[in-house]
Amino acid sequence: MSAVNTQSHTLARRRQFTNALMCSLLTLALLAAVAPLFAVLYFTTKKGIEALSIDFLSHSMRGVGPLDANGGAYHAIIGTLEQVAIASFISIPIGIAVAVYIVEVGRGALAAGVRFLVDVMTGVPSIVAGLFVFSFWVLALGQGFSGFAAGLALAILMLPTVIRSSEEMLKLVPHELREASYALGIPQWRTVVSVVLPTAASGITTGVILAVARVTGETAPLLLTAFGFDAIREDPFHGPQSGLPLYVFSQAGSAFDVAINRAWAGALTLILLVLLMTVVARVLARRNRLVGG
Amino acid sequence: MTDVLTQTPPTTSARSFASSRGDARFRAVVAAASALILVLIAAIVIFLTLRAIPAVTEMGFGFVTERQWFPDAQPPEFGIAALVFGTLVSSFLALVIAVPVALGTSLFIVELAPPRLGRVVGYLVDALAAVPSVVYGLWGVIFLVPHLTGLQRTLDGWIGFIPPFHSRSDTYGRSLFAAAVVLAIMILPIIAALSREVFQQVPRAHREAALALGATRWEMIRLAVLPYGRSGIIGASMLGLGRALGETIAVALVLASAFDINIHLFEPGGNTIAANIATKFGEAGSNGREALIASGLVLLAITFLVNVIARLVIKRGRFNKAKKR
Repeated sequence: MSAVNTQSHTLARRRQFTNALMCSLLTLALLAAVAPLFAVLYFTTKKGIEALSIDFLSHSMRGVGPLDANGGAYHAIIGTLEQVAIASFISIPIGIAVAVYIVEVGRGALAAGVRFLVDVMTGVPSIVAGLFVFSFWVLALGQGFSGFAAGLALAILMLPTVIRSSEEMLKLVPHELREASYALGIPQWRTVVSVVLPTAASGITTGVILAVARVTGETAPLLLTAFGFDAIREDPFHGPQSGLPLYVFSQAGSAFDVAINRAWAGALTLILLVLLMTVVARVLARRNRLVGG
Repeated sequence: MTDVLTQTPPTTSARSFASSRGDARFRAVVAAASALILVLIAAIVIFLTLRAIPAVTEMGFGFVTERQWFPDAQPPEFGIAALVFGTLVSSFLALVIAVPVALGTSLFIVELAPPRLGRVVGYLVDALAAVPSVVYGLWGVIFLVPHLTGLQRTLDGWIGFIPPFHSRSDTYGRSLFAAAVVLAIMILPIIAALSREVFQQVPRAHREAALALGATRWEMIRLAVLPYGRSGIIGASMLGLGRALGETIAVALVLASAFDINIHLFEPGGNTIAANIATKFGEAGSNGREALIASGLVLLAITFLVNVIARLVIKRGRFNKAKKR
């Protein structure tokens, strides 16, 4: 009797021990996951603040020699803003229209097929999107490198994110709203435009801003489409242009400390830009009537 | 469930009440937008293939077996052997590192943490995905690589008799291993987010049943949560793998590019398809660019395959569960 007791006692102890061990391992995994975030943010902020200045934000790299410590990212910031604006201008209307098709119009196999294609698009690596725009827009149509080409590549990358998040939001719109509208004899297009979309608007906005934030940091496609340029170029349609991520990449590839410092300053600017958008999106999300109570 | 709710409403009622012309136009517009997706994907494949064909036919079978990358030389000599090796090895290694950490994180958030802490931690993990890859690359090459050198040397001392963990030159640093660590950090948030979603879907009754039988918290996770989420976990990992395969800039910055197939993962060198495109594009001539496009097409094929398998696994898991209930 007592033998059985001690046996079950040690068994229980072992189970307790395994439990404690595994739970602490899970906690450890969490720390391992969050540590890089703080390391990246801390290191970038520390190095970036040292190098960031008004001059950095207001000057281009024109005529800056490899060993000069001056020079800035003004031209790259302009480029990024223009390229992202072009990408948004193209992908947001198309993306929302596709989401409307999937949720409101398409049926069965067709809607499922479109959804599958969107999944496929999500998986296209960003460098491949760049290669496509390069071979289509730059080579086949002979348009050359430009900020607009970069905008096209970013639009391809934004599109699936915009579609997915808009789709989720449209699905959350209560069915009763549509039915009430139909009961009043309002056609479907009117129902979608004045009832469904306005109801989902804040959620869609959140998703769109997150998509914009995501592509703002994309570097790989810019290499093959905007190509990079040292001076200020305001016209995004003709000639190569720089972009903030591209700027950081090219400065980081240099062997000189002055360039690395510029890379850190650019990285901090980029992170702040992306962070700002993400925070705005989160604040809007909290106001969302469909998700939050 | 949601699908049924959001299906097109009984269109007959809408049609019979109002002018159907507006509706027809509206449907045509959104259907055209959807068709555009198909056109776009087809165009990506067609344009890349057209550009890739001359380069590939020039090299013939050598395109698959050759390791070097001199597409603009006379005669050109280039192939994707070393690149494919580096791409697959760095991505799989990243997966091996990231999956346990990601699963641990999401289990912590769903099963252990009080809801409020869980939400905050969830935000933090999601924020990892918001950091641009060029920043990871810069941080990786300047901060992480020097810090990883010690770890690699220690590991070499312990298990250096296994070739991948040994450096013959006693130099460590900008190696495939370092690239894999950076990749692991970058794919962690997507795996964590998807697996968290899966764990949250585990029915409460399963958990309570396990606990009622006297299971400890870990036993409950092992018996009720993990088996339920298995297909979701596999799918999430595959999507993470797809992300790692295509990642360009961080790898391009971290790796000291070298075109060889080297199983000593701690030695500097190695290259991936995507990173090679980023580093070689600027200096490439027209032949070189076509060669890079050909390699990009191979990358697209690999990621496409991985992504489709991932989606199928996730879908099948959901389907099986729906059937059981």
